[in-house]
Amino acid sequence: MALDDIYKEVILDHYKNPRNKREMPDAELSCSKNNPLCGDEITVFVHEDDGKVLDVSFVGQGCSISQSSASMMTETVAGKARDEVEERIGAFRGMMAGEVEADEDAFGELVALKGVVKYPVRVKCAVLAWDVLQEALAGAGEAEGSARH
Amino acid sequence: MAVTEQRSAGLDVARIRKDFPILERTVEGKPLVYLDSAATSQKPNQVIDAEADFYRNHNANAHRGIYLLAEETTELYEQARAKLAGFIDAPQPETIVFTRGTTESTNLVAYAWARKFLREGDEILLSEMEHHSNIVPWQLAAGATGAVLRYLPITDDGLLDLSDLGSYLTERTKLLAITGMSNSLGTLPPVRELADAAHAVGALVLVDGAQLVPHVPVSVADLDCDFLTISGHKMLGPTASGGLFAKLEHLEAMDPFLGGGHMIEEVFPDHSTWNEVPYKFEAGTMNLAQEVGLGAAIDYLEGLGMDAVREHEEEITAYAIDRLLGAGATIVGPKDVSVRGGAVSFWYQDIHPHDLATVLNEEGVAIRAGHHCSQLVMRRFGVPATARASFYVYNSNDEVDALVEALGKAESVFA
Repeated sequence: MALDDIYKEVILDHYKNPRNKREMPDAELSCSKNNPLCGDEITVFVHEDDGKVLDVSFVGQGCSISQSSASMMTETVAGKARDEVEERIGAFRGMMAGEVEADEDAFGELVALKGVVKYPVRVKCAVLAWDVLQEALAGAGEAEGSARH
Repeated sequence: MAVTEQRSAGLDVARIRKDFPILERTVEGKPLVYLDSAATSQKPNQVIDAEADFYRNHNANAHRGIYLLAEETTELYEQARAKLAGFIDAPQPETIVFTRGTTESTNLVAYAWARKFLREGDEILLSEMEHHSNIVPWQLAAGATGAVLRYLPITDDGLLDLSDLGSYLTERTKLLAITGMSNSLGTLPPVRELADAAHAVGALVLVDGAQLVPHVPVSVADLDCDFLTISGHKMLGPTASGGLFAKLEHLEAMDPFLGGGHMIEEVFPDHSTWNEVPYKFEAGTMNLAQEVGLGAAIDYLEGLGMDAVREHEEEITAYAIDRLLGAGATIVGPKDVSVRGGAVSFWYQDIHPHDLATVLNEEGVAIRAGHHCSQLVMRRFGVPATARASFYVYNSNDEVDALVEALGKAESVFA
């Protein structure tokens, strides 16, 4: 297996120049989680209004896979309806579980992460930010305002 | 990989490697460079054959049958116990309880000793460099008894900070549970000195021998510890082999750990009486083939000589630290090989250890990346994880060179 399968240009670009890596003090929703395997930590902030995810950002530290996945995630879900975001989370998990064919039309840049499927241990790194996003969104149903875990 | 260097200190590494069939395999088309023996060691033919021979020719249950196979099994199993006792200079085989490794051994003491003898306000002294398996069992025991956990700190150099030992070790301390060799920093704490200080205040001493026993000549008489936990799979033995050494008086005083067959003397409807030590602690069918395999591993290590094993590891560890520092890596842990073993944690060029381990795998180099079940150490040094290369009797300086060369590849990916 070539290293290019996992460390594609687009992954390294998002790793070195992460998009939306910032705190969002006025976020309606946020959640922090760590990967118990490696101790990596990530916090995701969501600005949501009327069932629409307007803006998503993240902070934290981690490997190139977890950081680039978080960066690409913020770009791909921003501006989408909440149920559409949840559908994306499910589809991304499907791709990383090797259950859904990675199709560039559907996944865009995220297709770059499909090489990670061959490294089962690293799949956890790739889905970490998505798990945190889902928990942040789930918090919205429980209480008004911030759902910082 | 083919090893050009024939001799390292007291060990003939090229010859030793021929005993380990797995070292002939390739990974991603490259020769395997296995640098994760602190996680688990590879097994020589002698151990693989001993386990297979047990199943092929002797297998029965121990201490139960009247027939020949059962007697042979019992004899092989008890021979393994005597070998393990001899290997750590224990006074008699009865001081060895077979367990499936250090984790089970620590839990055995945390249940059978701590829950019986600890009271509210008693203190268990640990250190910040403990593996989670020498922390969590004591947290559970503390929760059950009201005992309190305290932690000896670590210096910036990765040594135990003993400058304030007197305030940590008091008449409230009932147990000092300390690693013999840190799996994440490599540090060798001064166990005997600590044992003397602990005994002076009336505390017992448990030494976590997971990393110590495979790599350093160990005498429980010299260490004067009350308990020593032993992992078989880290010392060339099969997984689920291992044991607990305890001074006989403690084994006699402790309650049983697991209840079941063979650990009893007599069973009545409302109570039972216990078998003699160590069988009181060996409920159910044990890992017979694995302990027999461990016996073969001990024969192998004694054939090499543990002094020579330690000498070899000091040499390869010094070489690795030197080469890693030369390549610009940061070592997390002491650099002086006289106070450390061969588990070398490092950071390289700000590349996350997970990324490093993935790139190294493409070069056939197997290292560990993560927190090494030592999150207190990671927090102490302000890192989420480290990369760790660890060495054993079959590793050569050539493999250290392969590691450093692979680091260069990683740099080119992430530069």
